[in-house]
Amino acid sequence: MDKFRMIFQFLQSNQESFMNGICGIMALASVQMYSAFDFNCPCLPRYNLAYGLGILLVPPFILFLLGFVLNNNVSVLVEEWRRPRGQRGKDPAVLRYMFCSMAQRAMIAPVVWVSVTLLDGKCITCAFCTSVPFETLGNASHPSLSQREMKKVLARIPCKDIYDGQELIANEVAIRYLRCISQALGWCFVLLMTMLAFLVRSLRPCFTQAAFLKSRYWSHYIDIERKLFDETCAEHARSFAKVCIQQFFEGMSTDVAAACCHPPRKAPADAGEPTEKLLGITDQGTMNTALKSWHRCKPPLHLHSPALPSGNGEEQPYVHPPVPRKEIAAYYSRV
Amino acid sequence: MDRFRMIFQYFQSNSESVMNGICGLLALASVKMYTCFDFSCPCLPQYNMAYGLGIMLVPPIALFLCGLILNRQSLVMLEEWRRPQGRREKDLAVIRYMCSSIMQRAMVAPVVWIIVTLLDGKCLICAFSCSVDPEKFVGFANTSPVQVQQLLAKVPCKDDELMRNNTSRKAVSRYLRCWSQALGWSILLILIVAAFLTHWLRPCFNQATLLQARHWSNYIDIEQKIFEETCCEHSRLFAHKCILHFFESMQREIKLHSFSFPREGERAEGQEDLLQGITDQDQVNKLLETWYYDKPPLDISQEIQKL
Repeated sequence: MDKFRMIFQFLQSNQESFMNGICGIMALASVQMYSAFDFNCPCLPRYNLAYGLGILLVPPFILFLLGFVLNNNVSVLVEEWRRPRGQRGKDPAVLRYMFCSMAQRAMIAPVVWVSVTLLDGKCITCAFCTSVPFETLGNASHPSLSQREMKKVLARIPCKDIYDGQELIANEVAIRYLRCISQALGWCFVLLMTMLAFLVRSLRPCFTQAAFLKSRYWSHYIDIERKLFDETCAEHARSFAKVCIQQFFEGMSTDVAAACCHPPRKAPADAGEPTEKLLGITDQGTMNTALKSWHRCKPPLHLHSPALPSGNGEEQPYVHPPVPRKEIAAYYSRV
Repeated sequence: MDRFRMIFQYFQSNSESVMNGICGLLALASVKMYTCFDFSCPCLPQYNMAYGLGIMLVPPIALFLCGLILNRQSLVMLEEWRRPQGRREKDLAVIRYMCSSIMQRAMVAPVVWIIVTLLDGKCLICAFSCSVDPEKFVGFANTSPVQVQQLLAKVPCKDDELMRNNTSRKAVSRYLRCWSQALGWSILLILIVAAFLTHWLRPCFNQATLLQARHWSNYIDIEQKIFEETCCEHSRLFAHKCILHFFESMQREIKLHSFSFPREGERAEGQEDLLQGITDQDQVNKLLETWYYDKPPLDISQEIQKL
């Protein structure tokens, strides 16, 4: 228990670094996904924009939702939001704090995807190649083409091997131009996001520190309380099952003895633990009956009080070790 | 308790090394980002300077802000600065010390980026190729100004059809790279000399004030960490008591409402055997439903008074 408590405290105290580690991993995963992805611009007038912008915007949205799905605290938040009021009031500030901290963590991977995409340049090149200003960048002498033909030619800029508009505008010139715009957008986006993160983090101590401390404490509390309750229920279930099964075996041995018209064999006082553990079932026939009965007719979920173990040398099914009395006055509080 | 103390000592002694580690990681990340970044100069007269200088100066700002965000001490400093005075006075020297140490650490990654950029040379070649004096280079000497600008703008692009085998392009490129690297090395030298002087001359001025400021800034940092630890421990114990109280009140309620069997062998008070009260599927279901529909109030003062 002590070791468990130490690990628990360590995780809680280091929760920030733990969460930061997860964010870092998701960011790396996002970069890896992008480099593994085989970008294939369709090089057709109407499809380029849809494809390019789709690759730029749809995966971040998916990554954002994934960030929420993978976060264990989402269920805690929803449970706290939907529970009936009962005897305990609900604090919307706590819910807001939990939601904000989850949203901030979920935003990291999408922001990394968008930045990497813009800095790489392929998406913007694909999406906006038909909007290149060929009057300024292109060659002066070019055969005049209809708008549709022009768009078809320009749409093939990202696909160097099928590009046939060198007289109109050189392929490298157009790609360099588009990539320059894309990278400028990318760095501006990175700067904007960093500034936003900095402002969010640094304005908080200036304005809402007291409210923040409260929200943080109570959101930790809700999380811990849920974990402890689950733990307590698991311990209770264990004890319940143990007693239920014990009663089942004892019941079986009594039944079989009654059917055979002799009293159940009581373990002699000095027989020791192994004999006690046999629970009165000491022959093959009784054991087989017990096993068949367990399968065909499980006992009801109802423990009889006289049969509860009392001082027979076994460990009592405690849920927690008794709380040391030293903790009297230190910890209580009202909300 | 002993282990608790050990962990605290670890935090105390290694708070600075943790921050130094983050600073080093950010510097490495900065170099890695530069090598992964695909620098492609637009090679157009109006865009070159903006692109070149942008790549040299915008990422350092982002890296500086990252350095501030990732450093835990910046939050501690801000809180100390903005807190109401209360019964504890504020020492501006401590806040100044924390601020300067945070800034120094945050400046490392941007400086690394700028130096790597200058030593590599691509940014400066891209930014200033149009500003070179064309008279110095044979290939660009006898052309019209507009054409000269166009040609000079294409110098950073080696694979451009006009520039592929142009020797003057290589000359301009080498010239600009030489300036860029000279600038890079000079900046590096100046910074190292400045750091060296600061470290050596600092003990000569105000050493006592410095020691005090460092001690109290460390103290503020640790105090905040311990406060957070204590809050976590407190909320754990609070939750523990609250749940026990809940189980006991369920037990009492069940005793009140059930007339089924008299409690033989009533357990002595003080035993925390939860099983005795809740021994039935319906009782367990009722407990779980009550936990959801009617959570107990956050008030365990009665429970504490009983002890």
